[in-house]
Amino acid sequence: MSKVKSLADLRKMRDDLQTKVSLREKSDNPEKMVQVKVSMATCGIASGAKEVMNHMIEEMDSQAIDAIVTQTGCMGYCYAEPTLEVTLPNNNPVVFGHVDNKKATEIIEKYIIRGELVDGIIPVNYETVNENKNE
Amino acid sequence: MAKYKNHILVCAGTGCRASQSEEIVQNLDKEIVENSLENEVQVVRTGCFGFCEKGPVVKMVPDNTFYVQVTPDDAGEIVAEHLVKGRKVDRLLYTDPETKKRISESKDMGFYKKQIRIALRNCGFIDPENIDEYVAREGYSALGKVLTEMTPEEAIKIIIDSGLRGRGGGGFPTGLKWDITRKVESDQKYVVCNADEGDPGAFMDRSILEGDPHAVLEAMAINGYCTGADHGLIYIRAEYPLAISRLKIAINQAREYGLLGKDIFGTGFNFDVELRYGAGAFVCGEETSLIHSMEGLRGEPTVKPPFPSERGYKGKPTNVNNVETYANIPVILLEGAEWFSSIGTDKSKGTKVFALAGKVNNVGLIEVPMGTTLREVIFDIGGGIKDGKQFKSVQTGGPSGGCLTEKHLDIPIDYDSLLACGSMMGSGGMIVMDEDDCMVSMAKFYLDFTVEESCGKCAPCRIGNKRLYEMLDKITEGKGTIEDLSHLRNLSNVIKDTSLCGLGQTSPNPVLSTMENFWEEYEAHVKEDKCPAGQCKALMKYIIDAEKCIGCTLCSRVCPVDAITGDKKVAHVIGQETCIKCGACYEKCKFGAIEIK
Repeated sequence: MSKVKSLADLRKMRDDLQTKVSLREKSDNPEKMVQVKVSMATCGIASGAKEVMNHMIEEMDSQAIDAIVTQTGCMGYCYAEPTLEVTLPNNNPVVFGHVDNKKATEIIEKYIIRGELVDGIIPVNYETVNENKNE
Repeated sequence: MAKYKNHILVCAGTGCRASQSEEIVQNLDKEIVENSLENEVQVVRTGCFGFCEKGPVVKMVPDNTFYVQVTPDDAGEIVAEHLVKGRKVDRLLYTDPETKKRISESKDMGFYKKQIRIALRNCGFIDPENIDEYVAREGYSALGKVLTEMTPEEAIKIIIDSGLRGRGGGGFPTGLKWDITRKVESDQKYVVCNADEGDPGAFMDRSILEGDPHAVLEAMAINGYCTGADHGLIYIRAEYPLAISRLKIAINQAREYGLLGKDIFGTGFNFDVELRYGAGAFVCGEETSLIHSMEGLRGEPTVKPPFPSERGYKGKPTNVNNVETYANIPVILLEGAEWFSSIGTDKSKGTKVFALAGKVNNVGLIEVPMGTTLREVIFDIGGGIKDGKQFKSVQTGGPSGGCLTEKHLDIPIDYDSLLACGSMMGSGGMIVMDEDDCMVSMAKFYLDFTVEESCGKCAPCRIGNKRLYEMLDKITEGKGTIEDLSHLRNLSNVIKDTSLCGLGQTSPNPVLSTMENFWEEYEAHVKEDKCPAGQCKALMKYIIDAEKCIGCTLCSRVCPVDAITGDKKVAHVIGQETCIKCGACYEKCKFGAIEIK
């Protein structure tokens, strides 16, 4: 453990350590960030949802995108697993199906960064209890 | 470094630990390893979340799911359901008592809606035993900024402009106190952190020290720089073992990083902190007593002036501040005086932490902006009175404060308005009472405490409080007279005026304020031999309603002193001379034939 010898030292240290708590800080204001929910029921996990989730986290982290990636239960699109739901700030959620690592990268680069739609969107034809509550 | 995608924050404050939060952490860790998630999920022991009523609390990040009353056995389900399958464990969510809906995030809970957390900003957020997490939250940046970019005068000016006042109870402007100590010339000065939290039912300072010890250390170092002291002492009661152990860890970590010790931030400024343990005497929260206790003398107060800022520890200028006051300092210096003074009321800025206790639904630790009303605190945050009973009174300021009633519920909480209605801010204890609480007994309870805690140095406090207690005891025993009430008031005023220190000067407050607000209750005790709340046993009578009694003999069989007589199938009678008012017959009677009068 090195000593902090100046304010610059401390600031550098803080920047390096930021990741330790950034997940907690971000989660306090989720509506201002990109929210990604990965469907992680048995079918999702079997189709590789876990790898996709890790890939999303690493990829967005390396591109410094403020995002929260969480796992969620079965969304019901078992034919299209792995599925993930992306909510951009002030936008309606969009669900993508058949997502592998390659597709995930495409979603990040096209949809999350530039807002362009990509193939593989599953039309949303449901509403959740949470949405009803907010209305 | 492993990149965790989930954090599980588990409250490791004294309250939640007492309900097995440490076992929860261990079980979670075990389950996580079993599911091979150890590189993805981090379990963090944090400080107090405040929602002690429903502890132990476990918060899942990043989806912010807030689980309450978790048991060690729930760990498996949390990992299997929440982490592996992404399904919330519904039965562990908080249920809103009014709408009966389950609430998943803390920000949607009534308990948290009106709170602003400044002093508690890191409590329940970081691991208090890990300095890195504190640094990641801008920790020690305020110290760095002050040491490298400001003169002591400039830093003190920010504190003065922020309007921060002492959170220990007195409410003296903190910046001004620092400036007075700074101006005194001396070869050696000290800064002291008063962590001798003694009010019954109060645990604000303990929670801050347990949840964010570095904030206090950082603020003390800033205080040292501003006043010209290189030595800090924390006077903490020995009955706070968890706070002590976390402080020790924090001090060692800060020393390793060079944030305490010699030549901090390469500026030539030296500062170090040591701990001093108190034996838990209430009077040692008074600053002169505290200083004497640290010097190895008896914990007794001395006359002020001289104030500690002129002549304190070992006769040197000493600045004493309370834990919560210190916890506010680093944020103020980072965010600025204007930001802080924009919160609160005209003369009381910022927020105040309260330990909400008594007959409210949500007992816990809360932090609200100054100016929040008692009604908001008790009914919105506290969730109202337990078991649907009637609110009667709220006691603020502990044994030094007074009790407030229904008519005070809408006054904004700040130093001055509480004083104006006969109570005080105090250090932040807040005890709520309902219709079943007798105000005379309440005053007696506090007097019992002050009689125990009086150091005995001055006669008004040592003898006077004892006499007050005896009079109150007489009244609750049903032997009081109307003259006793005027004696009670006169003696109270004399004690207030003539006692040496804050303990005696405020100890009659519970008596005076209950007399002021609940005079009719005192009168009922002495004139009608009645305790309206039905709490004073000596004034209660158990009577059997002859019409309702069918003579089942159950009551006479449960009576431990054979006070109940009567034949089978004939109404029974309680012999009042023998009756010890234990209530056993009352609880057993199936016909509601026994009444309390």
